[in-house]
Amino acid sequence: MENQNKKTTVIAALVENKPGVLHSVSNMFRRRGYNIESITVGHTEQKGVARMTITVSGDEKTLEQITKQMNKLIDVIKVNQLEPDAIVTRELALVKISVPDVKSRSDIINCVEVFRGRVVDVSPESLMVEITGTPDKVDAFLNLMRTYGIIELARTGLTALSRGVKSIRIDE
Amino acid sequence: MATAKMNGANALLESLERQGVKHVFGILGGAILPVYDALCTHSGIRHILARHEQGAAHAADGYARASGRPGVCFATSGPGATNLVTGIANAYMDSSPIIALTGQVPSVAKNSSYMIGRDAFQEADIIGITTPITKYNCQLSSVAEIPKTISTAFYIATTGRPGPVLIDFPKNIQTDTANVEFTSHIDIRGYNPTITPHPLQIRKAAECLADAERPIILAGGGVISANAADELLTVAELLLAPVATTFMGKGAFPEIHPLSVGTIGMHGNPLANKLLLEADVMLAVGTRFSDRATGNLDTFCPEAKKIHIDIDAAEIGKNIDVDIPIVADAKKSLAAIYERLIKQAKRKPDNPWMKRLEEARAQLNPPNENKEFKPKSLLQTLRKLLPDSAIVTTEVGQNQMWAALYFKALKPRTFISSGGLGTMGFGFPAAIGAKTACPDRVVVDIAGDGSFIMTEQELACSVIEEIPVTVIVLNNGVLGMVAQWQRMFYKRRYIATKLGTYPDFVKLAESYGAQGFRVTTIPEFQKAVQIAIKSKVTTVIDVPISMEEDVVPMIPPGCGLNQQVGDY
Repeated sequence: MENQNKKTTVIAALVENKPGVLHSVSNMFRRRGYNIESITVGHTEQKGVARMTITVSGDEKTLEQITKQMNKLIDVIKVNQLEPDAIVTRELALVKISVPDVKSRSDIINCVEVFRGRVVDVSPESLMVEITGTPDKVDAFLNLMRTYGIIELARTGLTALSRGVKSIRIDE
Repeated sequence: MATAKMNGANALLESLERQGVKHVFGILGGAILPVYDALCTHSGIRHILARHEQGAAHAADGYARASGRPGVCFATSGPGATNLVTGIANAYMDSSPIIALTGQVPSVAKNSSYMIGRDAFQEADIIGITTPITKYNCQLSSVAEIPKTISTAFYIATTGRPGPVLIDFPKNIQTDTANVEFTSHIDIRGYNPTITPHPLQIRKAAECLADAERPIILAGGGVISANAADELLTVAELLLAPVATTFMGKGAFPEIHPLSVGTIGMHGNPLANKLLLEADVMLAVGTRFSDRATGNLDTFCPEAKKIHIDIDAAEIGKNIDVDIPIVADAKKSLAAIYERLIKQAKRKPDNPWMKRLEEARAQLNPPNENKEFKPKSLLQTLRKLLPDSAIVTTEVGQNQMWAALYFKALKPRTFISSGGLGTMGFGFPAAIGAKTACPDRVVVDIAGDGSFIMTEQELACSVIEEIPVTVIVLNNGVLGMVAQWQRMFYKRRYIATKLGTYPDFVKLAESYGAQGFRVTTIPEFQKAVQIAIKSKVTTVIDVPISMEEDVVPMIPPGCGLNQQVGDY
């Protein structure tokens, strides 16, 4: 029942760029039983401010509580639930694929081109590919690559910005 | 702006003095020794030596709740800091403003492994440990930042929804020297509590209340922390609305007022539980609708329109859905509602809801003529013996629930108890803290034997520091509340609840230099209390009661307010 109302949402938060902030945010999620699907953190254009992009799933009420509980944290400056229809989301993956023979190598490179990825490292038995896109696109590429064998995989998790001139900024 | 060259320890104490701190509860140790050394030259701050850091934290908490000013406690690194944890969690659950300052091993130490991150002697990650139980915590990294950090800590602890703040103070920063600039400037961009209520929400609330036929007010602890009791009284009298409180709200409204119906909840007053369910509009102020207060949420006033005032936006809609949310200070919101309501036609005192109140009161709260030597009459007797301004703390368990039911609180900040965390051992050190804050008032801890022995070592603190309080031990020789549950829900299979007849609380008191009495009749009890509250030394009154005595009325776990069993 409950699962039917669940939706996945991207929360973008501006936080103080100092030690312990990631801990206090992730601790709050753990303590209140909210599930983080992915989290990315990085600097912003504003000095001393980092941006967290958190993908969470839950029903409407849970998502509202998550936003409020995040807002309560002193080092969290601003929290926004991004509108799913008006955002650009991206994820980057580095994937090392095993290359059993020459035929496979060219097949893989063809796939990489179709997905607009890039080959970033080559060895006699492997290829490393960089691929960027929505998580769905990354998944689709990885599914194709499973036929050849994925040796190693690193995904960054999702990051996102809303479309248009609107932005999340700190009111001065 | 004052600037001076000094070490970190002195910068800290100077900052505390500038915040008006007069008392600190604590225990020292290696990693906080420089701060204690600096206390020698800061005579404006009195240090009260607890005998366990948990006692220090609870004392700071009691100090804060009694006075409205933040309580401060010190502990050394490692075990000193971890011993504070229960006290900090307790303050967090009950939104009490305490400042905990912990020593920490050095952040930098030349040619030594005695430093943070290397598992040094008495090192504990107290920031990591207390993150989920503090409103804010941080570790100092330079002497220069001390004044601003302390100002920020006090500001955060005491504004918005109050709560504990912990500051971790590495030893090398305590001894480092720097030019320190004292400033009261605070700049926290991620923290800006909403104080002023939204006028539209106030209008909606006032209209809803004016249209109500059976309005009721539910006052929580937020009314007390916002110092909004006067505003609550004016709104209640204008609306002619019965006032129920949560357990934490006890004292927000005088419980002898004709509109008072007592506390709601699992061991609430049946009158409060009953009328709450009959109301058509509920004005809830400063409450988080805890499980012990609401019982089963499905049957918690499903028909009533609910107005919820809380300064913490996250409390709106957390446990129950509300119709008119108001995120703001309780005092300002109630004053604003009053301003709007006063323009409306006045309600007639002989309306059916008032008649219903009187009828229900006669039925559910009949006067007690019984003078048996039982908790109910003991606590009603105690009320008569204590001045209105007396501060009562409680331990946790049956003693606490009997106190909630039968000891009427008349003023805010005179009933201090561990509501959220339910910390046994809270009451006695909290009483010491309250007495420190209010030395001219009578302070009494209503205790049980199980709870009292958890922090009984603070008798030494109270005697030696000359902070006299009275402890009334309702002594049933068992962990009474748990035994009651075993009796009611586990077919009387008692396991691990029997405490036996030791210690002898009179001898225990005497061994600490305190005064001890044992009473077995109401007149003896009256006499002992009268002596104790005038005494210059802490007094323990041992009151042996039956181990089979239940706290009733009660709502069995999982049931709703409408399923209360037992008579008041």
